[in-house]
Amino acid sequence: MKNLIPEKKQKTKNTLILRIHPLWFCCSLEWYSSPLFLFDIVPQTITGHAYPKFVKIVEVGPRDGLQNEKEIVPTGVKIQLIDMLSGAGLPVIEATSFVSSKWVPQMADHSDVLRGIQRAPHVQYPVLTPNLQGFQDAVAAGATEVAVFGSASETFSKKNINCSIDESMLRFEEVINTARERQIPVRGYVSCALGCPHEGHIEPSKVAEVAKRLYEMGCYEISLGDTIGVGTPGSMFKMLQSVMKEVPTSALAVHCHDTYGQALPNILTALQMGVCVVDSAVAGLGGCPYAQGSSGNVSTEDVLYMLHGMDIETGVNIAKVIEAGDFICNALRRETNSKVARAKGRTL
Amino acid sequence: QDVSLSTKKNCIIYLAGQALPEKVKIVEVGPRDGLQNEKTIVPTETKIHLIDMLSASGLPVIEATSFVSPKWVPQMADQVEVMKGIGRIPGVSYPVLTPNLKGFQAAVKAGASEVAIFGAASELFSKKNINCSVDESLQRFNDVMKAAKEAGVPVRGYVSCVVGCPYEGKVAPEKVAYVAKRLYSMGCYEISLGDTIGVGTPGSMIEMLEAVSKEVPISALAVHCHDTYGQALANILVALQMGIGVVDSSVAGLGGCPYAQGASGNVATEDVVYMLHGLGIQTGVDLSKLMDAGAFICRTLNRKSNSKVAQAVCKL
Repeated sequence: MKNLIPEKKQKTKNTLILRIHPLWFCCSLEWYSSPLFLFDIVPQTITGHAYPKFVKIVEVGPRDGLQNEKEIVPTGVKIQLIDMLSGAGLPVIEATSFVSSKWVPQMADHSDVLRGIQRAPHVQYPVLTPNLQGFQDAVAAGATEVAVFGSASETFSKKNINCSIDESMLRFEEVINTARERQIPVRGYVSCALGCPHEGHIEPSKVAEVAKRLYEMGCYEISLGDTIGVGTPGSMFKMLQSVMKEVPTSALAVHCHDTYGQALPNILTALQMGVCVVDSAVAGLGGCPYAQGSSGNVSTEDVLYMLHGMDIETGVNIAKVIEAGDFICNALRRETNSKVARAKGRTL
Repeated sequence: QDVSLSTKKNCIIYLAGQALPEKVKIVEVGPRDGLQNEKTIVPTETKIHLIDMLSASGLPVIEATSFVSPKWVPQMADQVEVMKGIGRIPGVSYPVLTPNLKGFQAAVKAGASEVAIFGAASELFSKKNINCSVDESLQRFNDVMKAAKEAGVPVRGYVSCVVGCPYEGKVAPEKVAYVAKRLYSMGCYEISLGDTIGVGTPGSMIEMLEAVSKEVPISALAVHCHDTYGQALANILVALQMGIGVVDSSVAGLGGCPYAQGASGNVATEDVVYMLHGLGIQTGVDLSKLMDAGAFICRTLNRKSNSKVAQAVCKL
């Protein structure tokens, strides 16, 4: 049974009051049938926000992060990075991508990476599979979870993967159906959820439509990506409101980019709306290909610092993530994008 | 309990029934708090030009300089010239720091019409920073408060180390509330609560604000968040959700952190304004003019902006 009602944080006050659940106005119709859902008796804080007790972090550094780094990283280094991240307690680590090495040279060693990593028990190692060929290669290399990437923007879809959204969905359907036969779970991504580098504003309803398609095709989780980091809590709220009408909150994740420094408040907003899966990248690996020199992925360390400061559990050891971040930054000969790592490294 | 969920245009309504403020007052601390923490001594003309550019961007409050002894803070040695040199826009406040009566008198003589005093929520920080206990520092300010009252000059109070101290570690919310209340009762019209080393998270922020708001009305509170651990905007967001409508920030995120070398300090005004405008909250600030001011001071200091918005916009 999915946890539809976010857990309340016990704080200084414990006044029991009857209140209208915060999500009533943005849930799908089936939820209204439960009287318990409209009203619930919970402990109340002054701010009245409920936060999840546990947030699952999906670490995308080794794939999304490295894919956007200019330096080609040796296979051995990638494997060591993933092993260090496994040792930090991260529950999901996106290991690599089975796209053609012609398009993404950084991921050319996908099979070697997948075969070389030490798989920690209870940790998932999803890989990107843009089409059936990629899926089959992934399974041959030992993949036990895959991911497909859709877009909420037609122009972005055409420029990025050379086909319309509809055409991409057909490709993914092949992958998802084949994956189902093999009992391999599929995660769906929707990019440009809060804005597109070509189209600008993206309608929340379009994001909802694409998310719904991926979910109904069989993706167990949909990660909503602010690809160019332009979102703010305002647009995040509106987009999630729309998507939550079509996909259960428990199946949603947010993938925020920090290009405009908005990632943490955007994640906070998502948590307040009941989302409890957050994508991030160690050391904030991966710049923004649309704003050269700017940052991209939000740093896992900074996300953890915020979550742990709110008594939200993640199962992750932040010190070990910082170590993994130091390791990969040394290998890439670059500074970390994580403010936490930078501060902890220099505190007097 | 207000459970109405009326939607205002573009506003996020949260469960507490309290909407985010429609307007937020930004207190720009770059020219004082920001520059004070920069190594390069900035020429007087540059400081004046920066403040004039900030005035032109629509900021309602710009902390102009500090009347501390130049022996302690050489960056602020030109305090009188700066005060006399800036173009003062009607409706815009230009508060200055006054650590004691002498500084207050010099400030008023130089034309100051608003001043600020600084207390700490941590005993150790107070001793190490200004060489006296918290209570002793508040005593010193009595003179300033008296003189300010007589002169009809409003006084803003700052409390530092509100969620953490570089020496003491965790700071009790009750202590912060005590200091805030003292400053408010002494006559400060507004209390700015500073996360001096940027260690706060929405968790500790809410805990602290809950304690302080029992002693000081929310309408008299401001937050002064440092971004050393990247938490500033998230912390500001929860403060807004609690009804706070005044936010301190620094153009281009000027001012590092003296306690974590190389790390960032003040949150960047551009990034705060970007978030607020994205929420539909009015600030009166023109973001592009603000970015011009940030670009100007960064060129002069020969350093990169700490504002992610500025970095992103310049590279598109």
